[in-house]
Amino acid sequence: MGERQVLAATDVTRALKRMAHEVLERNKGCDDLVLMGIRSRGVPLADRLAANLEAIEGTAVPAGSLDVTLYRDDYAQTGPRPLGQTSFPADIDGKVVVLVDDVLYTGRTIRAAMDAVMDYGRPTAIQLAVLVDRGHRELPIRADYVGKNLPTHTDQDVRVHLVETDDVDEVTVVDRQRADAP
Amino acid sequence: MITHLLSIDDLTPEQITEVLDTAAGFKDVALRPIKKVPTLRGRTICNLFYEDSTRTRISFEIAEKRLSADVINFSAKGSSVSKGESLKDTALTLQAMGVDAIVIRHSASGAPQQLTGWVDAKVLNAGDGWHQHPTQALLDLYTIRERLGRLEGLRAAVVGDVVHSRVARSVVRGLVAMGVEVTVVGPPTLVPTSVETWGATVTHDLDETLPKIDVLYLLRVQSERMHRQFFPSEREYARLWGVGRDRLDKLPDDAIVLHPGPMNRGVEITADVADAPNAVIAEQVTNGIAVRMSCLYLMLGGEA
Amino acid sequence: MNAERSTITFTGARVVDPASGRDEVADVIVSGDRIIAVGNGSDGLRVDAHGLVLTPGFVDLHVHLRQPGREDAETVASGTAAAAAGGYTAVCPMANTDPVTDHAGVVEQVLRLAREAGHADVYPVGAITRGLGGEELAEMGAMAAHGVRCFSDDGVPVRSARIMRRALTYARTWDAIICNHAEEPDLTEGAQMHEGVLSSVLGLGGWPREAEEVMVSRDLILAHGLGARLHVPHVSTAGTVELIRQAKARGTRVTAEAAPHHFSLTDDVVRGYDPVYKVNPPLRTKADVLAVREGLADGTIDAIATDHAPHPPEQKEQEWAQAPPGMLGLETALAITLTELVGQDDGTSPSPGAAGDRSGDGALSLSQAVAALSTNPARSRGIAGHGGPIEPGAHANLVLFDPARRWTIQAAVTQSRSRNTPYAGTQVRGKIVHTLLRGRFTCRDGEVVR
Repeated sequence: MGERQVLAATDVTRALKRMAHEVLERNKGCDDLVLMGIRSRGVPLADRLAANLEAIEGTAVPAGSLDVTLYRDDYAQTGPRPLGQTSFPADIDGKVVVLVDDVLYTGRTIRAAMDAVMDYGRPTAIQLAVLVDRGHRELPIRADYVGKNLPTHTDQDVRVHLVETDDVDEVTVVDRQRADAP
Repeated sequence: MITHLLSIDDLTPEQITEVLDTAAGFKDVALRPIKKVPTLRGRTICNLFYEDSTRTRISFEIAEKRLSADVINFSAKGSSVSKGESLKDTALTLQAMGVDAIVIRHSASGAPQQLTGWVDAKVLNAGDGWHQHPTQALLDLYTIRERLGRLEGLRAAVVGDVVHSRVARSVVRGLVAMGVEVTVVGPPTLVPTSVETWGATVTHDLDETLPKIDVLYLLRVQSERMHRQFFPSEREYARLWGVGRDRLDKLPDDAIVLHPGPMNRGVEITADVADAPNAVIAEQVTNGIAVRMSCLYLMLGGEA
Repeated sequence: MNAERSTITFTGARVVDPASGRDEVADVIVSGDRIIAVGNGSDGLRVDAHGLVLTPGFVDLHVHLRQPGREDAETVASGTAAAAAGGYTAVCPMANTDPVTDHAGVVEQVLRLAREAGHADVYPVGAITRGLGGEELAEMGAMAAHGVRCFSDDGVPVRSARIMRRALTYARTWDAIICNHAEEPDLTEGAQMHEGVLSSVLGLGGWPREAEEVMVSRDLILAHGLGARLHVPHVSTAGTVELIRQAKARGTRVTAEAAPHHFSLTDDVVRGYDPVYKVNPPLRTKADVLAVREGLADGTIDAIATDHAPHPPEQKEQEWAQAPPGMLGLETALAITLTELVGQDDGTSPSPGAAGDRSGDGALSLSQAVAALSTNPARSRGIAGHGGPIEPGAHANLVLFDPARRWTIQAAVTQSRSRNTPYAGTQVRGKIVHTLLRGRFTCRDGEVVR
């Protein structure tokens, strides 16, 4: 079982700063932006991104949390999961909603997140910011802002640790144990 | 979770907590502009109501539709049910139609249990005879927990016609399971001594109980009971076990009052009490939808 | 060889006959419709009966054959076939037919139907009151002319003390027996099962013990005062057993019966709400079951009577509250009796039954069980020719069973038109091998003879 670090704490910080600049550049400022962190690790990332935007532009950007459990497409197979809270910090009609998540993989979580957002209102646009894009999309979804592109194999796990929940900032890749390992 | 929800006793305290916690997540859905989530899309749920009960059926129907399920309503009036088709035949028909879940209300105790023997669908008991009404107990537990912040260690009194009440059976057992100290109050003709085997104490003196409780649960008393001589008159019942302004004032300040509805104003409860700030009757109804969504969500997920 | 009139010897059977005090291995020779020898010897067709028990054919004081009126549930033919399969040579069908057996016409009809079917003798019980209405006496005399010596409104209690007293008095004309279904209806309104802790949990209306005991008390006092003959059907509570015990000690002319389900099942089985367990009087608690067993053991309860009550499947597959009460009993009576009440020959205890604990030997000896199934019912009802004694010259109404043979009761395997046995899937001990009615096989090698 091998676990190797692909992003250290400073890498995470720099990536988030760069992404903040990209968001501002693309949206020509941060008026009418609402950040929505996807539970669970997307939430602290959204908060940090909002803090970065405010530090650069001097304007507060609302950040909220989005739980997509009820919109998942695997309920029939996996069964019920505990529900998390969804809280929109502002009305999203006519706003640009930037979804924030830690890892973009198959794209199904983002599909669920977009359906959830559309049930809450009518944004003018939805954009996507992710810390890591590990490839292997199963749906035609792409991120607008990427912290790191990370090609992976499907038998690898990408683990994101954040200070808010895990005492350290880092991203690691783990080779999953072989099934027949003693 | 479990396959069928026939009785509150089917759930462990941990499972009850899971239902309540999940319900909190569902309460949100009612506050959105689009009061729907796609979770049960493509599932078919039949509301099989052999007893007239618009309130409960509507509560279930709203819960089911907010989860995007397809809903079929079979009421006692106006379907083959009223023409004398047996429960078994109705069950086999629903089975043949491939229904995923059946929410059944029936006047015969045990009918939901019997139904499970005839169908593959999950069965949820929405009230059977005098036996059980588990979702009522769950929404009551939710309401109490939401208002008072906890369940364990609270003291509750359940007052009224326990013998004939499925709500009483579920509520008492549900409260006891969650660590609430329960006292059952009413005339001996309506409160059987076997209630003590349910984990509650029994008393016939309401006034003595009121200052010592956090939760007052009032059961509906039907005039039918007076005609069958379970008590001499509604006036006497109201005087001894009815709760009006005077008795409301005997409760501790933070105590809350619940009633499963519909109310017999003037018998077990007066208008003063029903409209008092510490009466949470309307919240019970609101919470009912979220709790029922929670039950259906937990029952219908996954292969099994 | 004329199979019906030939001579048959049953060799090496254990002959248990309380009427003659016999319990020994012997050869029994039957010729025509009579027993001609008991002892050592052989003649005619030899049927090996080693390992089998040979006793007088069983007599059931309480069955419901449903005909006329409810032929969907049972007929005299199918019911008596079930009787033969269960080792019975005589049964007493109750009067709650449609039309009610409250006049000679129905009595004659039932007798004729039984004769034509030829599976067992029937001794119809006549109604006490017209239409079972509880208000006007039925024509007991007309029915007595056809041999009826017991009257009962069973299914329905005789509510009025005045009518009950009148009936007890009037029946003395023939020294006939009045059998009252002991249930005070004012106390069983909406009753669905035994009133106790479980009925409270299950939300089903309760049938309190007092409802039976109040009426049994009344009937015993009335009978005692008149010196009249009373029979208490389906004893179900410990209190009732004690009342009868005391009444007998005082010299009241009372006999009593208990059904196998009341000495083997408790109300615990009702938890699943399967209406096959719904019966009147209801299944009660362990304490009541033990008291009924003691009553059988000390003779307070004279007879085992099945209260065989067939109901077609669509009636029993309803909601509990809607389903009619009643259980089958004829084909399982012996097995339940042996399994639950009688120790095995090798001294080991009977298998554990629904009432749980067993202490060493069974509640009854084999001989006592036979007395309860055959000797006592025949004698108490004055049914001649049945119930023994097994001696030369007596009618050959006999049953041979294998006391050790284990089998599993199956609902679908039955002579009855109905299937409502509470014992489906139960493993039991004791199987009927042959039943003879006046020397003719009605059941041979476990199969009913047509």
